[in-house]
Amino acid sequence: MQPILQLYEYWNDIHMSYLDFLSEQGPRFIDGTIMTATQFFLSAILAIMCALTAGLMKLSSNRMIKGTALVYIEIFRGTSLLVQLYWIFFVLPLFGLTLDKFYTGFVAVGLNLGAYGAELVRGGIQSVPKGQWEAAYAISMSPAKRMYRIILPQALLNMLPPWGNLMIELLKATALVSLISVTDLMFEAKQINGSTFLSAQAFGTALIIYYIFARLVVTPFMRWLERVMARKMGRA
Amino acid sequence: MFDWRWDFAFEILPRLLQATLNTLAAAGIGYGIAVVLGLVFALAQRTPSRFVTLVVRECVEFIRSTPLVLQIFFVFFVAPQFGIRLSPWVAGMIAIGLHYSAYLSEVYRGGIEAVPKGQWEACTALNLSTTKTYFRVIIPQALPPSLAGMGNYLVGIFKDTPMLSVIGVAELMQAANAIGGANYRYLEPYTMVGIIFLAISLPAAGLIKVFEAWVHKKLGMN
Repeated sequence: MQPILQLYEYWNDIHMSYLDFLSEQGPRFIDGTIMTATQFFLSAILAIMCALTAGLMKLSSNRMIKGTALVYIEIFRGTSLLVQLYWIFFVLPLFGLTLDKFYTGFVAVGLNLGAYGAELVRGGIQSVPKGQWEAAYAISMSPAKRMYRIILPQALLNMLPPWGNLMIELLKATALVSLISVTDLMFEAKQINGSTFLSAQAFGTALIIYYIFARLVVTPFMRWLERVMARKMGRA
Repeated sequence: MFDWRWDFAFEILPRLLQATLNTLAAAGIGYGIAVVLGLVFALAQRTPSRFVTLVVRECVEFIRSTPLVLQIFFVFFVAPQFGIRLSPWVAGMIAIGLHYSAYLSEVYRGGIEAVPKGQWEACTALNLSTTKTYFRVIIPQALPPSLAGMGNYLVGIFKDTPMLSVIGVAELMQAANAIGGANYRYLEPYTMVGIIFLAISLPAAGLIKVFEAWVHKKLGMN
């Protein structure tokens, strides 16, 4: 009975004061959300660039190029993002390359998720039927044009659904940048928890914001992109 | 040239290897929880009640689309508010187990849905109980195709254990932080942590592939 009573009282407390809590801490949550969105956007761009580059490099017949891509992918997929983040933040300066924590955050996240994306790019390109390659060759397209005009658009359409999942992973990964004190949503939640001791409210609100961001922004956007791509390719 | 000190590296190696054992234990326990709880989540989505399905589905989606590190904080700091004191280990295992159970439930779900319809009909025809249908017929057939996904998440959970360091679980990352802070040297501990992770996760991924192929061969699935 004791815990249930406690739970009830606690619940009463929360619901009485939650609106107060929100109106008081709202601006900090909003600041944090904007920072998280910025980190998400920048690391997504970096991840896409890394994934395309490494994915194409891995398909190269040149062993040097292929090897470079392989090393990049295996290193970033084989270790934790947190290890990479700390390494870039604490160890790279010893090599004379100092990055601000803001840059460190999205660079680490982008490089990490880019390695996962590279495998998707490779799989997507390999899923394009062989006839498409042959047809492009037959009308004597240059290799660059063949890739850019024929293969990549079809590959892109094939790999968009898994990229949707990857974007959610990327959003979640950006929470780690708070550990190097980038003032993102996670960081603000920790700060609010530290100053108010209202853990359930602080972390709970942050969880809900992440969820809303994932379900109402990222996922619908990726679905929309899939539809647009499908229509452009005449496959709608 | 890069100021790498071998003597320091060898000095801290035993401590890091000791912490590696903790990391492996954390991954193992977390995965154990996830394997069982994931099955519960997957089966709960197949009950006749639409309401239960909907609620569980939404919970799984919630866990899957919010950051693990935030969930770890949530479990660790919110439980004491309800009068439950959790040690970092317990809180960490709950959070990471719950997080990965959501992923594994999706893997199981795919596996169960891939079981041919005839198998279900045969169970009905033989008048098997629901429990028997699931545990003797459906799940044994759903597991082998799920093995690839399960293996991926085993490596995944191992790579996510460093997040437990945020609440002070004494695993590899925590040890590296402590060593780095005490000696003002971050180059060796963090680099060695990276190498240890590579040295475990790459062979593990290979071994899982071999194991999967072995199971498929044993069951005559090729």
